[in-house]
Amino acid sequence: MELFTEGDPIADTKAPTGPVEKRWETRRFEAKLVNPANRRKMTVIVVGTGLAGGSAAATLAEQGYHVRSYCYQDSPRRAHSIAAQGGINAAKNYRNDGDSVHRLFYDTVKGGDFRSRESNVHRLAEVSVNIIDQCVAQGVPFAREYGGLLDTRSFGGAQVQRTFYARGQTGQQLLLGAYQALERQIGLGNVEMNARHEMLELVIVDGKARGIVVRDLVTGEISTEMADAVVLASGGYGNVFYLSTNAKGCNVTATWRAHRKGAYFANPCYTQIHPTCIPVSGDHQSKLTLMSESLRNDGRVWVPKTKGDDRNPRDIPEDERDYYLERIYPSFGNLVPRDIASRAAKNVCDEGRGVGPTKLGVYLDFADAIGRLGRKAIEAKYGNLFEMYERITGEDPYEVPMRIYPAVHYTMGGLWVDYDLQSSIPGLFVIGEANFSDHGANRLGASALMQGLADGYFVLPTTIANYLASGPLEKVDASHPAAVEARADVEDRVQRLLAVNGDRTVDSFHRELGQIMWEHCGMERSEAGLRKAIDEIRALRDQFWQRVRVSGTGEELNQSLEKAGRVADFFELAELMCIDALHREESCGGHFRAEHQTPDGEAQRDDDRFAYVAAWEFTATGEPSVLHKEDLKFEYVHPTQRSYK
Amino acid sequence: MNLTLRIWRQKGPEDKGRMVTYQVDDVSPDMSFLEMLDVLNERLILAGEDPVAFDHDCREGICGMCGLMINGDAHGPQRGTTACQLHMRQFTDGETIDIEPWRASAFPVIKDLVVNRGAFDKIIAAGGYITAPTGSAPEAHSTPVAKANADAAFESAACIGCGACVAACPNGSGMLFTAAKLTQLSLLPQGQPERYTRVIGMVDAHDEAGFGGCTNAGECTPACPKGIPLNTIGRLNRDYLMATSKRGDNTPGS
Repeated sequence: MELFTEGDPIADTKAPTGPVEKRWETRRFEAKLVNPANRRKMTVIVVGTGLAGGSAAATLAEQGYHVRSYCYQDSPRRAHSIAAQGGINAAKNYRNDGDSVHRLFYDTVKGGDFRSRESNVHRLAEVSVNIIDQCVAQGVPFAREYGGLLDTRSFGGAQVQRTFYARGQTGQQLLLGAYQALERQIGLGNVEMNARHEMLELVIVDGKARGIVVRDLVTGEISTEMADAVVLASGGYGNVFYLSTNAKGCNVTATWRAHRKGAYFANPCYTQIHPTCIPVSGDHQSKLTLMSESLRNDGRVWVPKTKGDDRNPRDIPEDERDYYLERIYPSFGNLVPRDIASRAAKNVCDEGRGVGPTKLGVYLDFADAIGRLGRKAIEAKYGNLFEMYERITGEDPYEVPMRIYPAVHYTMGGLWVDYDLQSSIPGLFVIGEANFSDHGANRLGASALMQGLADGYFVLPTTIANYLASGPLEKVDASHPAAVEARADVEDRVQRLLAVNGDRTVDSFHRELGQIMWEHCGMERSEAGLRKAIDEIRALRDQFWQRVRVSGTGEELNQSLEKAGRVADFFELAELMCIDALHREESCGGHFRAEHQTPDGEAQRDDDRFAYVAAWEFTATGEPSVLHKEDLKFEYVHPTQRSYK
Repeated sequence: MNLTLRIWRQKGPEDKGRMVTYQVDDVSPDMSFLEMLDVLNERLILAGEDPVAFDHDCREGICGMCGLMINGDAHGPQRGTTACQLHMRQFTDGETIDIEPWRASAFPVIKDLVVNRGAFDKIIAAGGYITAPTGSAPEAHSTPVAKANADAAFESAACIGCGACVAACPNGSGMLFTAAKLTQLSLLPQGQPERYTRVIGMVDAHDEAGFGGCTNAGECTPACPKGIPLNTIGRLNRDYLMATSKRGDNTPGS
């Protein structure tokens, strides 16, 4: 059977034409407005309360809409944006080091290996400066210089210092800012918050997204909530790999359910493998922990020059060490982008020069920086990260170099959206990591926080008004046949999961799926491997539905049932990821196909054949998806072989 | 390592609950505490028993979702560490470990080790913010902030809202949580306009949610995985006193 078929290309992304720096201004002016008296009568559902969802819900409520917000955690403050460590980019040019909106735009398009949309990325760079202003006004305690002004640092893929930070907890502080704005609106009665609720289905009425079906995770009650528009801000799908730096609950269910109802899924194979994570220590491992990219400002990455050198790292003399990033990429050194640093680590480990008990690790060494700046200065910059490392590994990184290895961290793919962040289903908007829009095939460090907040604070509140202003929409309630059917589907699925009553746990399936994905759809992919993975995923998915064991009932807090539903969706996504990776016969950013590399082992793009967004349309379970291509045009940043040498 | 666990099991809010003993063998010292519970749960599921419900999410000590009383200590024996970051090398072979939920009247038990901490959100909703609607912000550098104040504000802002302070407090007080947010916002110039309405709103919400009062027992700071300092409560009290003495005084500028 064919793996997919090809449908019509996507002709219009609704981006205004004209000079790139005028497009957002044009869109803002041309977007229709909703008068304040009418906003009160409109309800918007926002799923997810991270940087994108939290900031969107707060802002929409400030504007006067009635907002219903949902998260699976016990409080909106716990969304996984909270774990982002390093920082947030903004083109403020406070350092006077040559930064500008255009340079941030340029770096991001290049960093994404020329697989993102120029219009979107330029808007992101423009809005970046407003984000910093907004967060400071909310009381976000960014790091400051002695003069009282904001401090910045460098991140990968940039030669300017444009990353604002709050020690190693930037995501936490930005999220708490958005969360506090959200709580203010909850207190004022403008947002109805539903924590410990999980979206399990999208409701479509007359071709428009009009509601969601949710399960109350405490009581198990399934209910249908209707609205004028639905916003998904449900994050990325890195947990398809089982082991990742995502929180345990992160899942694809909200976006996958929307995909099954008609929303295109774009570039699912674009996965970011982050180079600096704590290596796996054993089979019991439930998640991986990131060590912020900011550490590469001062840490130097190395492995022994000779294979199998088992000496204590401190006993290996300088001239027997290979600082391979500095050697191969002299102009960016340890601060090359993530995809490049990860692949380089994999290569040295494949050569047999990896370190640590599993030999899947490289050193990140602070001895030089401690010598140059003193232990105190390093403690002030990275203290919390060093402590975290020691708690997990039992080793003191002030004394011995850290051991790091790449791990799944972020997914650039996601639901396809147009310039207005609207999916292929009218009335369904997708923001933050859940959409695919701004990072192309590789995201630069400190750009996820920027995109989440740009979408939530500034972009969506403008573009969603344009949609809502085209109403009023027909009044519908939960008794509409489409809503009843969606709810029945959810109930049926819950019962099916409980009924299998097999002999394997959900986690055992999830772990096995993750191994298949890591092996064949991870840092390096090949045609043979991907074909094998597709067969293995299908076989394992059949086993799942015959042998999984979910304990308890649907009418109670049941964490094993929650996991089962999420893993069932990961199985379907995993197959699409492999098909997408297989069809893209080129290497770009985080998608590295073994067959397509330059003579010195870098990603070899094929712009003639693949300068497009792959947007996949779901047809039916087990049937081939339809590929829609959106051609990417580069008018300002001309695609070249990306070089950080 | 082989361990004996005594875990609080409670089917729901109405159930009385009880400690149940489990044996877990072959525990690796490199496992996290929650990974050790994962092993137990896998076994319980296959044996047809109900797995132990516990809250967790990021497993890197920042989301604040996990929270267990381990041998009577909030988040266990290692200071400055959440339960998810606690590793089994902190325990010894053959040890018996008691695992219970947070116990406080403001945090009712939902099931087993899972409690409802919604009261914390209510405290924030009652004033734990700076009113700055999107779009209204001035240029970030228009207001410098002395580095010492910015650093101290950050230190208080590091609170993860896990509730260990409440669980450790003999009065079940949420004062450290409340004071941490108040301290952060009152140290910043942006937080000044609402400084005194904020403290009254938050303290009132704290009391209404059923938290106990603070009697300076000082159990909260040592239990706090982020080391929020006790002197934040002193700041809260000072601002509260100022605020209540101003109450009813509508003179502008007072």
